Amino acid sequence: MLLSDGDLQALWLTLRLAATVTLILLLVGTPIAWWLARSRSRWKGVIGAVVALPLVLPPSVLGFYLLLAMGPKGMIGQLTRALGLGPLPFTFWGLVLASVFYSLPFMVQPLQNAFEAIGERFLEVAATLRATPLNAFFTVVLPLARPGFLTAAVLTFAHTVGEFGVVLMIGGNIPGVTRVASVQIYDHVEAMEYPEAHRMAAVMLIFSFLVLLALYVRRPKTTQG
Amino acid sequence: MDRINAHFQHQWPGFSLEVALELPGRGVTAIFGQSGSGKTTLLRCIAGLERAESGRLTFKGEVWQDERTFLPVHQRPLGYVFQEASLFPHLTVLGNLRYGLTRSKNTPEFSLEQAVELLGIGHLLERKPERLSGGERQRVAIARALAVCPRLLLMDEPLAALDLARKQEILPYLERLHDEMELPVLYVTHSPDEVARLADHLVIMENGRVLGYGPLAETLSRLDLPLRIGQERETVLEGTVAERDARWHLARVDFPGGSIWTRDRAIPLGRRVRVRVPSGGVSLCLTRPEETSILNILPGQVEEIGDDEHPGLSLVRVRLGSAAVLARVTKRSQAALALKPGQAVWVQIKSAAVME
Repeated sequence: MLLSDGDLQALWLTLRLAATVTLILLLVGTPIAWWLARSRSRWKGVIGAVVALPLVLPPSVLGFYLLLAMGPKGMIGQLTRALGLGPLPFTFWGLVLASVFYSLPFMVQPLQNAFEAIGERFLEVAATLRATPLNAFFTVVLPLARPGFLTAAVLTFAHTVGEFGVVLMIGGNIPGVTRVASVQIYDHVEAMEYPEAHRMAAVMLIFSFLVLLALYVRRPKTTQG
Repeated sequence: MDRINAHFQHQWPGFSLEVALELPGRGVTAIFGQSGSGKTTLLRCIAGLERAESGRLTFKGEVWQDERTFLPVHQRPLGYVFQEASLFPHLTVLGNLRYGLTRSKNTPEFSLEQAVELLGIGHLLERKPERLSGGERQRVAIARALAVCPRLLLMDEPLAALDLARKQEILPYLERLHDEMELPVLYVTHSPDEVARLADHLVIMENGRVLGYGPLAETLSRLDLPLRIGQERETVLEGTVAERDARWHLARVDFPGGSIWTRDRAIPLGRRVRVRVPSGGVSLCLTRPEETSILNILPGQVEEIGDDEHPGLSLVRVRLGSAAVLARVTKRSQAALALKPGQAVWVQIKSAAVME
């Protein structure tokens, strides 16, 4: 066996985390991206900047603030306690929440670009053909933005797989709960287990390359006329 | 009750729209003006795609917009044809046609098959829009707008994005639409040629204001309105083909107020046609001309005299029964003949072209 049980556990956890975050962000990111693409509000710039913040912020900074917010005195912490959910830090769902923030721009920005490229006209056409705005969104915008959704989902997934700093701050290093692949590699290196680190690193490298390959090979076909 | 009442007022940066119109609830009403005259904005306000600050719009007695009401676009019983066909690229032609049909609550007086037949697109139904020519796309767009069984059809320069050959391809379909359907149509255009061929009524716009509106022939012959068809002012006579002269290849068109000979264009007897009469091809005589090459000599009465663009030219509106034509004469001839309103004259029409 090339990979140890601990390695496989970390990989499985990573996939679960990335899939959960991607699903949540598809639901949360779509309305945000739609609003950013359509709105003429003066808040558009502010919201756009906030969404983009995780792109430039050091993950440890984001993780630090989220840790405080999830703590017993933080807003999120008090909310989860009031709901009877218990504290989030050092749990899987704590990681999920942190990753949602961390990967938000990777979902929102490709979607926003896709929505903006569709433009106003098709929505106007749909309205003159008796479609309500919501109906037009599902029957016109969603099919036309499909390449954008694919790009956004793949980037979000891959970005969540690769996160490290935020995980350490929020989740720590609990096997099967918060020890994701990147942390596992870090552990191997710390313990001077270079062959093990090599194998895990190779898995991650190959995965990342395949994801990007799939995205770039598809790209020429996805342009809309 | 059978009319469309539209009152709109709106300020945009650098442009204001101020319109009060009462439009007929049948036939084709052309909204004519240069680009920037506000004609498309007016159409978008009527569709509800644009919301004027202050507006009141009733369609055959139904309120679509007033101080309290604003009916959203998808609840207005209209069809809209945009300048670009804007077909949904992810659907086939049939999918595009069905899109509105399945959502329309009106009883399908005008079914999908009829729309397909009228626009001649039966052989294209399975195709994706990317595999259609520009003219075919616009025909599908028109059929798509018709398939929702609209009670009002709005067309925003449907031919403007097409080259001349494509325009010629689509115009006959628009003329069929005009002839075969009761549907009222508001047709935005900056093309005088399309006005002459399609319109029953005419609204002339400039800088967001309505300069004048009314029945086509009457509005075209008004001297205070700046509508040029091509190089010169033109009028349109509506009549029926009453006789075809095989020997001389001529056709006689009878209109209320007389008849006129034109080159025969193989149009069957009894067909309603329009005859374009350019003002430069109309001359006036005080006595009935004899031994002239001109075939059409009609008695008429001078109604009004105005200036043409050149300082040496006048435009004279002459009444022919219930119709009227414009004659372009020099100021010198006007003085020599001492033309004045009310005067009886003989009208010589040299050039007149039948449009089917």
